[in-house]
Amino acid sequence: MITKRIIPCLDVRDGRVVKGVNFQELADVSSPVELAQYYSGCGADELVFYDITASSEGRALFTDILRETAARVFIPLTVGGGINTLDDFQRVLECGADKVSVNSGAIRDPSIIPRAAKRYGNQCVVLSVDAKRVGGRFRVFAKGGREDTGLDAIEWIKSGVENGAGEVVLNSIDTDGVKGGFDLELLWAACGAVDVPVVASGGAGSVQDFVTLFQALPKVDAGLAASIFHFGQVSIPELKRALAAEGIPTRLPL
Amino acid sequence: MLAIVDYGVGNLFSLRCSLQAVGAEAAVTGDEGVLAKADRVVLPGVGAFGDAAGALRRAGLDRAVLREAERGKPLLGICLGMQLLLDYSTEYGRHRGLGLIPGAVQPIRPVVPEAYKVPHIGWNALSFPKDRPASPLFRYIQEGDCVYFVHSYAGTDCREHTIATAEYGPALTAAVARDNVYGVQFHPEKSGTVGLNILRAFCEL
Repeated sequence: MITKRIIPCLDVRDGRVVKGVNFQELADVSSPVELAQYYSGCGADELVFYDITASSEGRALFTDILRETAARVFIPLTVGGGINTLDDFQRVLECGADKVSVNSGAIRDPSIIPRAAKRYGNQCVVLSVDAKRVGGRFRVFAKGGREDTGLDAIEWIKSGVENGAGEVVLNSIDTDGVKGGFDLELLWAACGAVDVPVVASGGAGSVQDFVTLFQALPKVDAGLAASIFHFGQVSIPELKRALAAEGIPTRLPL
Repeated sequence: MLAIVDYGVGNLFSLRCSLQAVGAEAAVTGDEGVLAKADRVVLPGVGAFGDAAGALRRAGLDRAVLREAERGKPLLGICLGMQLLLDYSTEYGRHRGLGLIPGAVQPIRPVVPEAYKVPHIGWNALSFPKDRPASPLFRYIQEGDCVYFVHSYAGTDCREHTIATAEYGPALTAAVARDNVYGVQFHPEKSGTVGLNILRAFCEL
């Protein structure tokens, strides 16, 4: 039986993890490589590296650490941030990324989705969407949630998948950082619109929030979070044991 | 030395690193001479079956892989590389495979019910056939261990050569073997410790 995936997300700037992490087990808590190894050992099913670097020097550092991570961590790696062209896809895939997520790059030029899907396969192309309620509808926001694009989020997701996105990461701006649970209403709407895997993001504050997510929405494939894992509020082995105890299919750490 | 067959499809970086992690001296090569010197061979693959089979033939590596398999070297096909070991595929037309293991590659959709998403992406548990001992490839893992899958097509009619399945509605072919030839539909190089333990067992065959 296919298992629900638990995915920690690491924001990386200039080759270092930002938003400090709080693990005494690690010698260097800002090292993406060390943190990735730690999470893989804890039973994380996949990792997302999000490159928030602005400079080209930072970008080069990012690909270096990506390569180093892929050489030591043997679970799927998704890379996002600053992906605007097929060259960007190529650059991170060569360094060991398995999937590449596009967000603003696809808003600026939606044709990147079909072009990347044709070259690398749909399974490689992840559409990442930041959505927020505006006047009773879900709208797509750009620039890290600061700019309303006017696009309807559900329609945007549908067209992205029709054009070749093989997976959707859906982040709710309304619930992000609130730690009161995932945005079930938004996720329900997205799951009804597409048949590719949907990864829930934004709002997890506790183990119970993941249990509720997978029980309420069996079509959601994965839950993604950052700070609650980094700060140890939710430990992945404990989370997985709780899911298993509720009968939710999960991959238990060895 | 272990040779990873490079015929220009897909990125072999993670695969090489995972084999090195289990102690193998792994060379990525498209050279028949290197394949001939290797003591075991890994056939990777991503993308569409017809494109990959064509690329392998154009590089003359189909014959080289068949020859090394014939010599009794352990051969491991991974993902599309496993599918290439079978007789044929129906992905975008009918394409001939290497025919090292009986079976046909077919889309999983008509067999997998609507409630399941296609592609089959994620970690799924392995089941072993009840009527025979577990394959030596699985010497260091257990039934029920999870491995990482990404595919829309799968091997069918592999009969007694099926050495593992994964439940996704029906039981999908997860691994096949015939004598010294092995194939896994999943990605051992992306399946954490379980995957590394499968690669380690292959390196000890």
